Amino acid sequence: MKLTLHVWRQKNGQDRGRMVRYEVPGVNEHMSFLEMLDVLNESLIDKGEDPVAFDHDCREGICGMCGFMINGQAHGGFKGTTVCQLHMRHFKDGDELYIEPWRAAAFPVVKDLVVNRSSFDRIIAAGGFISVPTGSPPDGNAILVQKQDADLAMDAAACIGCGACVAACPNAASALFVSAKISHLAHLPQGQAERDRRALAMVRQMNREDFANCTNIGECEAACPKQIKLEVIAQANADYIKAAFTERPETVSGGVG
Amino acid sequence: MELISNAPAGPIEKSWEAHKFGLKLVNPANKRKHTIIMVGTGLAGGSAAASLGELGYNVDCFCFQDSPRRAHSIAAQGGINAAKNYHNDGDSVYRLFYDTVKGGDFRSREANVYRLAQVSVNIIDQCVAQGVPFAREYGGLLDNRSFGGAQVSRTFYARGQTGQQLLLGAYQALERQVGLGSVKMHPRTEMLDLIVIDGRARGIVTRNLNDGKVSVHFGDAVVLATGGYGNVYYLSTNAKGSNATAIWRAYKRGALFANPCYTQIHPTCIPVSGDYQSKLTLMSESLRNDGRIWVPKKPGDKRNPASIPEDERDYYLERRYPAFGNLVPRDIASRAAKAECDSGHGIGETGWGVYLDFSDALKRLGASKIAERYGNLFEMYERITGEDPYKVPMRIYPAIHYTMGGLWVDYNLMSTVPGLFVLGEANFSDHGANRLGASALMQGLADGYFVIPYTLGNYLANTKHEKYSEDAPAAREAVANVNAITKKLLNASGKRTVDSYHRELGKIVWEYCGMSRNAAGLKKAAGMIAGLREDYWRNVRVLGSNEEFNQSLEKAGRVADFLELGELMCMDAFDRNESCGGHFREEYQTPDGEALRDDANYSYVAGWEFKGAGQPAALNKEPLIFNYVKPSQRSYK
Repeated sequence: MKLTLHVWRQKNGQDRGRMVRYEVPGVNEHMSFLEMLDVLNESLIDKGEDPVAFDHDCREGICGMCGFMINGQAHGGFKGTTVCQLHMRHFKDGDELYIEPWRAAAFPVVKDLVVNRSSFDRIIAAGGFISVPTGSPPDGNAILVQKQDADLAMDAAACIGCGACVAACPNAASALFVSAKISHLAHLPQGQAERDRRALAMVRQMNREDFANCTNIGECEAACPKQIKLEVIAQANADYIKAAFTERPETVSGGVG
Repeated sequence: MELISNAPAGPIEKSWEAHKFGLKLVNPANKRKHTIIMVGTGLAGGSAAASLGELGYNVDCFCFQDSPRRAHSIAAQGGINAAKNYHNDGDSVYRLFYDTVKGGDFRSREANVYRLAQVSVNIIDQCVAQGVPFAREYGGLLDNRSFGGAQVSRTFYARGQTGQQLLLGAYQALERQVGLGSVKMHPRTEMLDLIVIDGRARGIVTRNLNDGKVSVHFGDAVVLATGGYGNVYYLSTNAKGSNATAIWRAYKRGALFANPCYTQIHPTCIPVSGDYQSKLTLMSESLRNDGRIWVPKKPGDKRNPASIPEDERDYYLERRYPAFGNLVPRDIASRAAKAECDSGHGIGETGWGVYLDFSDALKRLGASKIAERYGNLFEMYERITGEDPYKVPMRIYPAIHYTMGGLWVDYNLMSTVPGLFVLGEANFSDHGANRLGASALMQGLADGYFVIPYTLGNYLANTKHEKYSEDAPAAREAVANVNAITKKLLNASGKRTVDSYHRELGKIVWEYCGMSRNAAGLKKAAGMIAGLREDYWRNVRVLGSNEEFNQSLEKAGRVADFLELGELMCMDAFDRNESCGGHFREEYQTPDGEALRDDANYSYVAGWEFKGAGQPAALNKEPLIFNYVKPSQRSYK
């Protein structure tokens, strides 16, 4: 089949950027979307034109590196699918597709379809962890976890940090990403000691980044390639509110020796 | 060069404990005076950076991806082994050790493997405490399954996303250190050279992938955890960005490259569909627990699988290996699939595939139980192929998946360049000539959490560390080298794309140094690769400049290294006149087609030494001595 692509081209963060039209003939239904872009890029290089930059790595839907908008939908809008796993059999000859990077103030464009998602790392660094230095844990089976809790924790932990939730959100909020981590660790007994601190720290860091507020629209859930549920946001909100009301200044006590 | 393993003598059960006690410690107040360079943030690098940061060292940590959470460890599906014996089924540290040495076809270092089995139990505890959501039973205890080649249930898992969850655990521990200021993270930064001063690794040269800026970073030690070199084959199950550049350039600075010909082919991947194919997708071999592998008995039988009656199907693994059946080790399962396809029994449009059939398991267990075990894998298969494995058998074929070879390291994980440590898949240790399923995650985390924090301290405590400036001649020379390579690639202004060369290289290596090899083919392949490499530098086309985000330039440097490494792989495979594990030389097999080792002549680690551009590499040998697991012909019948 033959496709017409309109691809966002932007040389770097300072460039204004524009849509550029490309014809891609000879698209095979078994190709992935990224393989179709590979074919386009090979032909651009042959013509001496700059290939389209896009992030990708594992190409099996788990590393979270790839992602862009196809016709206004994050990862193309197919249920539970990243662009690397989106196969061309979902498209038909003559289709016209508009391909753009994630649009969010907190994700500045690096080049073409590549954006900078370091804001996500800073949110995790603020509190998205359990403080357990190497070498100090009890036996794995000493901590019993109800199967259902383990399953719900795993559901939330499936987040790949791709940023589709932010790109799909009309507010460009990162509530789903942040809440998925809060929910994952809140479902486990190991996560209880820092549960309040974690919710406060992660939400505060989120607010320091250029993310807007969540207004419970739900586009994020629809766009999430790992189908993280909106209920994680409800849970994180509850955790945050409780933690905000019960927060006390930390006691600092000196040693006696 | 004499390769001294520094493996402790004495009873193997006590050797790691005794060795640890003998290692010097760094005073807590002095730790913050040391800077460690950590390259790579997968399971090995991420866990090591976090652990070293916790100890108080300053860690400068680098990855080429946009975030340390992306490393390819994330794609491991099946699980992680640990000798917990939670199921009372006869597992023990010794059995895991024994299985790993045997699985590696007696080409690994016993002391390393024993240590790996010992610390495996600590890894699970550590990961549980971090909040890794391992599968649980209704009673709240950890669930296990048996996995490729093991007769005990020792594999811990988190659905089909074990690697992801373990990596996120390490990543979160790493980010915690970033927040605390002990680790400085440098994402989208690629190591392009190693700085060696007075014989010691003292820093690296990097290129910032956003703007092309080339920088020098000094440290008191350099740790590489940059993964394997499977992408030399172009089509592999590795991530597209996985590359050998860091270890290859360290090799050119004096680190020996060990056993490059030991590569692992994974038996259960989705077959190739066309020329545009950019990578291969692995289907976890846990599928072999419930799926049965078969081909039609009649060659060229193109009937729909459902209409091939039971007595016209050949369940060839169950037939040839009654004791292990579909669970034979990866190398055996892969070669058996190739043999079926070579003899015309292959299935699918191309004839390069075999069936992995769940119909019996679906009848026995029901669709919901199968969905619980493999739901996400079945979905992934359907997404890629458009076929529903609940209704039609999966089509699978082997693909390159893991490389057991890597930089040579001693028991302390230090390479032949003092101060250069190598962890995880990037080193050669522990797996011998073949890695067992669910052992890669185990090794990465063992090296990062439980080995390097001890052995690195010993090196630092025993070494004097002068400070150097960027004007140090070795640093200037390394920067000049990096700039020269970039310039040469950009100035070639030829006609062919980087990918087209990579694809051609991959075809050569797969054909002649893949699942089975022979002397004539290897010699031919080495010549073809040398010719391709020569053409590459004259005729490659890399557009744009260094001073920008330039993915073609990134790839071009990595492919240049693969073009050299591919030749060394062929040379190593040519030199090893025996079959062992993943290295199958057609000239050396038993009458029924099994690998035939030559313990009298080849029971050694081959450490290749760089002798200068255009010069053949020199072979150094580390003899392997087996005091505990006596070498025997592997038999899975």
